[in-house]
Amino acid sequence: MRGAGGGANDVQWCFSQVKGAIDDDVAEADIISTVEFNHSGELLATGDKGGRVVIFQQDTENKSLPQCRSEYNVYSTFQSHEPEFDYLKSLEIEEKINKIRWLPQKNAAQFLLSTNDKTIKLWKISERDKRPEGYNLKEEDGRCRDSTTITTLRVPVFRPMDLMVEASPRRVFANAHTYHINSISVNSDNETYLSADDLRVNLWHLEITDRSFNIVDIKPANMEELTEVITAAEFHPHQCNTFVYSSSKGTIRMCDMRASALCDKHSKLFEEPEDPSNRSFFSEIISSISDVKFSHSGRYMMTRDYLSVKIWDLNMENRPVETYQVHEYLRSKLCSLYENDCIFDKFECCWNGNDSVVMTGSYNNFFRMLERTQRRDITLEASRESSKARQVLKPRRVCAGGKRKKDEISVDSLDFNKKILHTAWHPQENIIAVATTNNLYIFQEKVN
Amino acid sequence: MDISGQAKRIMVQALSKMYSSRTQRGGLRLHRSLLLTLVMKSARDIYHSARLVSEKEEQCARLVSTTKDLTQKEESIDTTSTEVSGIPVALCALATRSSEGVQRSKNESDPTVQNARETRVDKENCSPPRPDRHSRKRRGKTATEPDFLPCKKAKMDSGEVRRILHDATLRSNSGNCGREMDTLSTTHMLRTVVTC
Repeated sequence: MRGAGGGANDVQWCFSQVKGAIDDDVAEADIISTVEFNHSGELLATGDKGGRVVIFQQDTENKSLPQCRSEYNVYSTFQSHEPEFDYLKSLEIEEKINKIRWLPQKNAAQFLLSTNDKTIKLWKISERDKRPEGYNLKEEDGRCRDSTTITTLRVPVFRPMDLMVEASPRRVFANAHTYHINSISVNSDNETYLSADDLRVNLWHLEITDRSFNIVDIKPANMEELTEVITAAEFHPHQCNTFVYSSSKGTIRMCDMRASALCDKHSKLFEEPEDPSNRSFFSEIISSISDVKFSHSGRYMMTRDYLSVKIWDLNMENRPVETYQVHEYLRSKLCSLYENDCIFDKFECCWNGNDSVVMTGSYNNFFRMLERTQRRDITLEASRESSKARQVLKPRRVCAGGKRKKDEISVDSLDFNKKILHTAWHPQENIIAVATTNNLYIFQEKVN
Repeated sequence: MDISGQAKRIMVQALSKMYSSRTQRGGLRLHRSLLLTLVMKSARDIYHSARLVSEKEEQCARLVSTTKDLTQKEESIDTTSTEVSGIPVALCALATRSSEGVQRSKNESDPTVQNARETRVDKENCSPPRPDRHSRKRRGKTATEPDFLPCKKAKMDSGEVRRILHDATLRSNSGNCGREMDTLSTTHMLRTVVTC
């Protein structure tokens, strides 16, 4: 494992690649809505608002050479979801891909789950690099041969062809969610997965599409008594009976499926008491958890709310073990962020391969790396200006108030339209994928 | 911007965001609607508390000037000297426009605690009949219209909302008139405003 961890300050990050259109006029369909590495890190999938999935593959030809930087190139592109219309409710169903999750590889083909607001699909991505030639009854282009002209028999043989990557939908899991799906998570048993919407969590078997089991239901009898919704859910990486779901109230509930069929009663409730000195009009909004992720070890989990990242030890429910401020300078700007709707942005977070560093996005195309062992943090920027090959990224600093130092940027100059909501970290190497509005930046560790 | 002004602005924005989310692609987002409702509720509570404080201060000033004129009338209406609600009720009748407020203040025993709660209680009880009470549509969180808005209005401009908010506030505040004028209650009200 080549430097899978290392402190944030030990590692220097360099620009590697940028994917997507250069022009500033962003087409809405091109807005990236999810980014995910597969289990080996060889494949990197992105989903966008137009319902497309683009998969990049790491170029492994020169991987053995330490000097070489592995590049990601387009491997497959397909239309995963189309816009639909619910006639009963007179509602349009967006084709935007909310989440992509890869299945662990079992054979030559790759499988991933992609979901929009209502429907989950299992896609098979397979390679074809040879094709049969020499059929007796049909020509190479498929036309039937006139049987009267056939005088000899031959055995068709496989001949090499240009690599073709095919994506085919193998399963469609539909009609199980009344509300908008926010998460999917594959179980460690490789047979089941969960999908969560605002009020319910459903358990599916990968082979069965016509039914799913509802395992969590927080819908109140009277909707007017609704006080919280589910914002994210994930299976434990090793314990196939355990999953967690986060709420808009800032709580995380851990459930054990062995306890009962319906997991409405949690086995653990993770909640930190609110700091009364920070109370404001917007306390409820900023405490809503936008993402929850287990560490690779399964010992910790990380939650992201509007201003901070918290790391929880699964054995301690009353408070997180670590809290990192992502952009505390925004606390005094909450009113403006409410006005321009930015306060509703849902940032994701991710762990590095050995759980020593966590990463999350911010505004102005900044993203933050938070190193856990030495409690150090760094702010980097994904920008076209710092996009020269192997250019080392310079740490950025935001000036909260008072005199602005050289190289610092003031809070008021931040571009709140440039937000990094989705980031992903290679499972083994120091390679990260950071999605700006419509571009995907790939950064790698500087190799000396 | 003062607290009540900020609260009002937040409420108005919450309303416009909720209305605009109806036309959003993909339908109403439950999470967003819930958060907006929560923001609006806390802004509304703070707005009413802040208005209460300013109303009380105004009435304090008014009552001080009229107390001298009303001394004779007080003596005739006053039942017992220990009755807390006696004097303020009488003054209320003279100082307020609404009679329902007087009735409510008579029933309350602890004005300091009740004031904040009462405002909210007033709002709910005073609200006009729900515009969609005969509707067959399910009244979920997302379909509920704020009760002080006229129904079936596609667009609300902030001026209209402000006017309605202003009227609603006056109606509900009338019940708290002339409640305890002592420093304790005033301090409590101020504290309420500041911490929120």
